This record gives sequence, structure tokens and C-alpha cells, in this order.
Amino acid sequence: MTKIGLEIHCQLTNLQSKLFCSCKANYREFSPNTNICPICVGLPGSLPMLNQKAVEKATMISMALNCKTPEKIAFFRKNYFYPDLPKNFQITQFDAYGPTSIGHDGKITIEGKEIRIRRIQIEEDPGRLIYEGTSEKTQIPLVDYNRAGTPLVEIVTEPDFDNPKQVRVFLNILVDLLENLGVSDPTLEGALRADGNVSVEGGNKIEIKNVASFHDLEKAIHFEITRQQSLVERNIPIISETRQWDDRRKITISARKKEEEQDYRYFLEGDIPWVKLNSDHFKKLREKMPESIASKRERYVEKYGITNQVADVLSSDKYYADLFEQSHDEKNAKEIANIITTDLMGFVDTREKRETSKLTHQHLTELVNSIMDNKITRNSAKTALQEMVSTGKSLIEIISEQDLDNVSDESTISSIINEVLNEEANAVQEVKEKPETVNFLVGKVMKKSKGKADPSMTLNILKKKLGIT
Amino acid sequence: MSGHQSWFDLNLGISALKYIGEIKNGNLTAEEFISKTIERIQKVDSKLHAYLSINEQAVEQAKSIDKKIKAKENVGACMGMPISIKDNICVKGTKTTCASKMLEDFIAPYDATVVSKLKAEDTIIIGKTNLDEFAMGFTTEFSAYGPSKNPWNTEYVPGGSSGGSAAAVSALECIASLGSDTGGSVRNPASFCSVVGLKPTYGLISRYGLISYSNSIEQIGPITRTVEDTAFLLNIIAGMDPHDNTTIDNQNENYLNDIDSGVEGKKIGIIKEMTHEGVDKQVSAATNKAISNFEGLGATFEEISLDMVAYSVAAYYIITATEAGSNLARYDNLRYGYDFDSEGYEFNSYLSKARKNFGPEVTRRMILGGFVPSAGHAGKYFLKAMKVKSKLTAQVNEALKKVDMLIAPTVPILPFRFGEKIDDPVALFLVDINTVTANLTEKPAISIQFEISGGLPIGIQLLGKSMQDKMLLQAAYALQNTVKLPEVPI
Repeated sequence: MTKIGLEIHCQLTNLQSKLFCSCKANYREFSPNTNICPICVGLPGSLPMLNQKAVEKATMISMALNCKTPEKIAFFRKNYFYPDLPKNFQITQFDAYGPTSIGHDGKITIEGKEIRIRRIQIEEDPGRLIYEGTSEKTQIPLVDYNRAGTPLVEIVTEPDFDNPKQVRVFLNILVDLLENLGVSDPTLEGALRADGNVSVEGGNKIEIKNVASFHDLEKAIHFEITRQQSLVERNIPIISETRQWDDRRKITISARKKEEEQDYRYFLEGDIPWVKLNSDHFKKLREKMPESIASKRERYVEKYGITNQVADVLSSDKYYADLFEQSHDEKNAKEIANIITTDLMGFVDTREKRETSKLTHQHLTELVNSIMDNKITRNSAKTALQEMVSTGKSLIEIISEQDLDNVSDESTISSIINEVLNEEANAVQEVKEKPETVNFLVGKVMKKSKGKADPSMTLNILKKKLGIT
Repeated sequence: MSGHQSWFDLNLGISALKYIGEIKNGNLTAEEFISKTIERIQKVDSKLHAYLSINEQAVEQAKSIDKKIKAKENVGACMGMPISIKDNICVKGTKTTCASKMLEDFIAPYDATVVSKLKAEDTIIIGKTNLDEFAMGFTTEFSAYGPSKNPWNTEYVPGGSSGGSAAAVSALECIASLGSDTGGSVRNPASFCSVVGLKPTYGLISRYGLISYSNSIEQIGPITRTVEDTAFLLNIIAGMDPHDNTTIDNQNENYLNDIDSGVEGKKIGIIKEMTHEGVDKQVSAATNKAISNFEGLGATFEEISLDMVAYSVAAYYIITATEAGSNLARYDNLRYGYDFDSEGYEFNSYLSKARKNFGPEVTRRMILGGFVPSAGHAGKYFLKAMKVKSKLTAQVNEALKKVDMLIAPTVPILPFRFGEKIDDPVALFLVDINTVTANLTEKPAISIQFEISGGLPIGIQLLGKSMQDKMLLQAAYALQNTVKLPEVPI
């Protein structure tokens, strides 16, 4: 049987500062080695100062993944050499004296399958290696420590996945969950990374590292299963090892054998005293925790009669859900949900578009209420929505500038209808014979009014004039 | 005796408190004192090698402090008093070498918390003092820049690792010094050089800016000529620090208030394992005399056995090696001390060549530090050492329920000659048998100069309850006043 497990690294990108110093957690805007201080570059004599907010966020992740949380947590040193690791050890968590990491023994259910979470731990991100130079021979490795010390949460699952598809579904759900918790922005490059481990029937466990994206991870797991199965078929033993994902060739290559595995010499980090997590800590965080995606979905369906499909889309995307929560009331909820998941989606489907969007929740409320009060047609509403996203102008401004207000004055509509009836003699004849084709004429009237004519009023007048029901 | 004597013959041997009094009285200027101190350093330090570097701006700084005093502006409590700092504590803009080739050119870009606190009180950092490389050793013989000498007899070691600090204070090359104590590194040289040295409760003084060797047990500590001066310095440098998570709130304790409250009615335990076997007879005699002096002041004594002390040195070396192996791992020639071209090396051979910049003692402990906590051996060594630490702590805590403090000689043997023990690491390890217990149990301990025997100093150690540093200072003060010691011969 194929067994797949995951190790996910999630940067707590929504924090202000790094895990142990006051440098910015958001290192991405800085030119190399300018978001650093004696602490995060490990200068002699510097000491780590634990960011309590990071402990809070990690606790929230732990609770959201239904983990058990210890009464006190400890930090450990993981000793190894690497140029991007300024102190040549990483401050992380480790369960040497029973569970002292921020979470353990959790679970999450995907498509009816339970995936167990083994452990969740807080740790510091290393710096970044950048290679400059044209050929492999002339390459110079450069180190940028801006990222060093960024707060990271590692989530380790049990090998409970049967196939790469489950992995994808799990990761999608996890991304939504982390975003909904407000702990991380998954659209930021490198904010979420995952390694996998794969074993097939009759073989040892293989770890896959160096995977840049979740999409690549799925491919790498696919490749590994196929590779391992073909080894088993040919009676070649599978030796436990770590393999690197080669992004260029789309294959995994052997990195190091398990026997040569690093000895990390874990021991307690004396510079950070044990952190007690009393019941007050959990109580406060539970109050602060945002509503879960599942609970939102259920509420949307039950309270507002929103369809399952729409509720799904709305609840799992924090941006849409937040917009919905702020703009809706009892009456307009369903219509707002529809506008978000049909019209708005196309305008704000990427991170960049969301960042530049000028749309506010007031816009949305105003727009939907105007539709419901027949002040603007659904068609015009879409045009106005696009304008709101790109300019942030108010609905009144847009209506007057673009002449979008609904025509619901009977005599105006009547005279447009008369024009259409004169122009479309054939169609009029056809409607009299087959009343269900009346929508063709409604369409003509809408066109002539540039989409402003009130559709239901148009239909009523048309029917009266043509003597159909 | 009055403060109005002529200062033509300026006395560099005055205490910090006396110095401040004379400045306030107008009998002395900071500039006079600093200039004279620098003269003294120039005269004696070629023989003693207490300093690794001298502050070239010291006289200028003294002048500006004098100017503030004259203009009646706000002046910090230290009023230009010269203090030296062990060269493993960061002073902004100055070399902080740890007496190692690896940090030969390291200029600290920030002040240690203790240094900023001293500067805020208008202390003049007169220079950086010698030590065993990265504070590993008990003689300063492991300094990459050559050993310091004992001012009482320059053929003898000054103790270590803060040997430069103790020698400088003893030889009147500064009024006070800050050292660091991982297993006795403040108390041992204080004892060998006949000065006062305090290893405070773990967490009482911020370690921010102290270059870590074994961070879970070490503390910065003052080295002074009088107990009152140690109390005075503690008032300035102790307390919570937002830069050090391990510091403890001391409620702004004033260590100088009631320093003369005596030991009447105090119960003191004599540590059996530190006062009999392996103790030189002169040291033993001095200890007995100290006990009887205390009894004369109204203290009572009982012998207390701490059998875990037998394992303390072994546990100490395993824990310190483990932490040193990690704390010093960053000195890999990629970031510090790069002095050769990487061309032609692969990663591991490059690293091992780079590590040649470490001296023999650091190398020894780095190798040990790679071994004792490793996956296959942690159970046999590191975890056992941690067990000894916790059992020893329990024993000491138990003892301190029965008595107010514990007493033993600071070092069981007299100061020894250079080269006598350097080739025998195990013999050197036993030099610290009496001092490591305070570090492993996080307790405060103080060494007070008590006797000069055949020209060599002997110090007495008191070990107290956590956060009862003040009680130790009171007892040490009482003991200090029972003896009159000769002046340093140099």
C-alpha cells in the first residue's frame, strides 16, 4: 500500500516582526541584507527574544488542526552547518522530554478520510542562498539574511495519504484554513512550502526535499510512486534515503543515504526559558480565533439559503468571505453572495488585482440594494462593479457618469417599445403565434435602452400591447 | 583619616565608593585619576598583560565628565571611574576578541547591556582584559595572545578565565572589572589575585552582549577590591533586561543598603566534599580561620554533605562542551576570521582547516561537544550530566533549607606556577571542583580575599540561596572586616 506523509512549512507572514528580534517578518521588500540585526545574523553575544505573538499564532494553527497542546513548550537547538544558517544551529522545537512542541496528535478530515497531524512546531527560517553567475563553474553563492529568523510553523502529518490527489485536496484545505486564521498569506512567494515522504508496499520510506511549490510536490510524489513501484516489480530493494526534486528534469534524484543522516545534536535552548501556556492563554485565543470555514459554510446555507456551491466558494476564500461578512444583511445576503461569486470573481481573481482593487464593502451593499430596489439592472450593475474595482467611485457617481440608472418610467419604456414593435414586424407576428418567444422583443428593448430599461416592466407592457399572457 | 589629605600622592588603590566621595568633595578629578591609571597600566602591564586593548579616548572622556561636574550638570553615579571589561563582553566600536585568533578583528557593533548601563552612569571603560580563549580555562594560559601574570608573584598564574580582570583590579590598573563566570571564572581568579568576585544568581545580570560559551549556566559578575564595591556595581548592572529572556526581576534591590547588618544568628553549612580531600593544608587552615572569625561574629556552623559534588565536574564539562560545540559553531571561517582562500577545498576539509584558528582547549571542548550530545552517546553522557545537574540542585536546595548559606574555599589549592598544569587537562579540571556547583545549581556565590600565605592569596567562597545575593554580600562584608591584608607587591 502506498503511504504518503507531508511536512509543511508555513511562514507567519502576518506578524510584524521576526521570531527572535524586531526586524520585519515581511522581508520581501528589502534589498539584500538590510532587514537584519545582531540577533538574526547571530552576532557574538546576541540573544534571541521570543516573539509571543508567534506563539499565539502557532497555538491557533494547532487548535484549528485539532491538536493537543502542552501546558508548557520548550525550544531546542538543531545543530548543523549551512551557509544560510547564521548561527550554525536552528532554534526549533523537539519532543525530547515528552510533547513540548506547540501541538501534537491532531487530525483533519478530507473527503471522508482522516489525516492525522503528528506534530506542529515553531522554528526560525534560515536566510536565502542566491546563485549569481552564468555557468555552473562561475557560479557564486551569495547569502541574503533578510529572511533569517522569520517565524515559521512546521506541520508534520502521519503517512495517511493514499495518493497524490488526496495530498492536493489536503493542501488546498490547509491553505484556506491558514489564510482564514489570518496567520499567513499563502500567495506570497515562499510563504508555504512542503516536503513529502513516500513509501510503497515492500519498500522503505523516501523523503523528497527541495520542492518549490505545492503543484510540484504533487508531481514529485507521482514520480516517486511510479519509480518505487517499478523498482519493486523488478525486485530491486528500495533503500531509505532523501531525494531532491529536480525541477528542470521533473524527476527526483538521490541526495543522501539515511545512514549518512545528519546528527543534529538536539538539546534545550538555554536562552529561551520554557513558556507556560495556561488555560487563560487558550481561552483568550479561542475568543480571538476567527470562525472556521466549515462553520461559515454551514451558516451561509442554513441562515441565508445560499446554495452549497456558492457557500463553498465564499467560505473557503478569506477575501470573499470577509467582503461578504461586511456587506450583507438579512435581506440582501443571497444576492451579495451571488454577485461575489459570479460578477466580482472575474475582476479580482489574482493577488495583484485584489491589491489594486478599490472596491469596498460599502460599494457592494449599495450596489446590491440598488438592484433589489430596481434602481439599476443586473447588467448595468456588472458595469458599475467593474468601475468600482478600478476607480473606487461611488455608485451615484458611476450612474450619473455612465448614464446607468434604471428606466422605470412607463411612458419612456412605452415609447421605446413602440419603436421596437414598428421595426420588428416579423418578430411581432411570431410572438402572437408563439408567446414564449417574447424574450426576443424584450432583448431588443433592452438593447435600445442600453440595458437600462426595467426588465419586468418591459415585459408587462409588451404583453399588454400584444395581447398575450 | 579624612578626605582632605593632599592628593599629590594620588592613591589608585581606593575603592569605588571612596573614589566617588573624593570626586564629590572636589579632592579629585576624573582626569587626574584616569591619567594616573593609564600611567600605572603603562608601567605594570608589560609585566602583567592584564589588558588586551586600552581605550585611547579615556582621558578625553574623563575631561568631559569633569566639565559636567564643574558645570553642575547631571552626572552618572560612577563619575568617571575606570572599569575594565573582560574581552568576551561587547563594547561598541571596540575589538572584542575572546582572546581568540578567530575573533582577532571582530569589532562589536553594539554594547552589551551591562556596558550600556555602566556608560549611562558615566563609567569610563578603560580597557578590555585578557582571558582564556572563549573563557575556557582557569589560568589565562589559553589566551591566544599570551597569559596574564599574577600581581602577587608574576611566576604564578592569576587564575581564570577572567584572569586579566582580576589581575587588573588587584594591581590597581582599574577600580573594578566585569568578568564572566561559567564554572568559577570570576571567583577563581578573584581568589588567586586576592580580590572580591561575585557569580550572581543565574538571571540576575543580563547576558546580552556576553559572547556565549555555556549559556545555560554562565553569568557576568563584578570583580572589585571591596565587597561594598561589588554591591555598588550590582546596583547598576543587575535586573530585568528586555534583551535577555532569562533575566529575573530583582525589584530594584539595593545591595548596598544594610551591607553592614552582619551574620549574627546566621546558620552556615560547611560543604564536606569541598573542605577535606585534595585541599592544600594552607587553604584548609585559612578556611578554618574564616569559620572561627564568622563564629566570633555570631554565626553558627554545621557540616553538610553534598555527595553529588563528586560528579559535578564531569557533568559540568559535558554540559559546557555540549553548549560550546553549538555556541562556537558559527566561527566557521565563513563569517568570522576568514584568513585563507577556499579554492581547492571541499566543504568539510575547508571547515576543519578553518577550525585550526582555535587554540587547543577550545578545540578539545569542540570535539567533546560534538561527541557527548550525539545521537548514539547522549544517553551515556549528556542526559546523565543533566541528571547530575538536577540531583545536585535538589541537594543544594535541601541543604539551603537547613542553613542560610554554604562555605568552602574558593579553590582547594594555592595558585600554581605557569606550565604546571597546562598539559594535564584532568588536573586542571579539578581546580574548579569547588566553583562549578554554584553554576550548575544557578545559585549566587562570592569569593572574598582572606589570607596571603607564603605570598600567595587564598579566597573563601560563600554560596547562597537563589536571589539572596544580598545576604551573601552582607556575610562577605562581615568577613572582609575581620582581616587586614598586605598591599599588592607589584
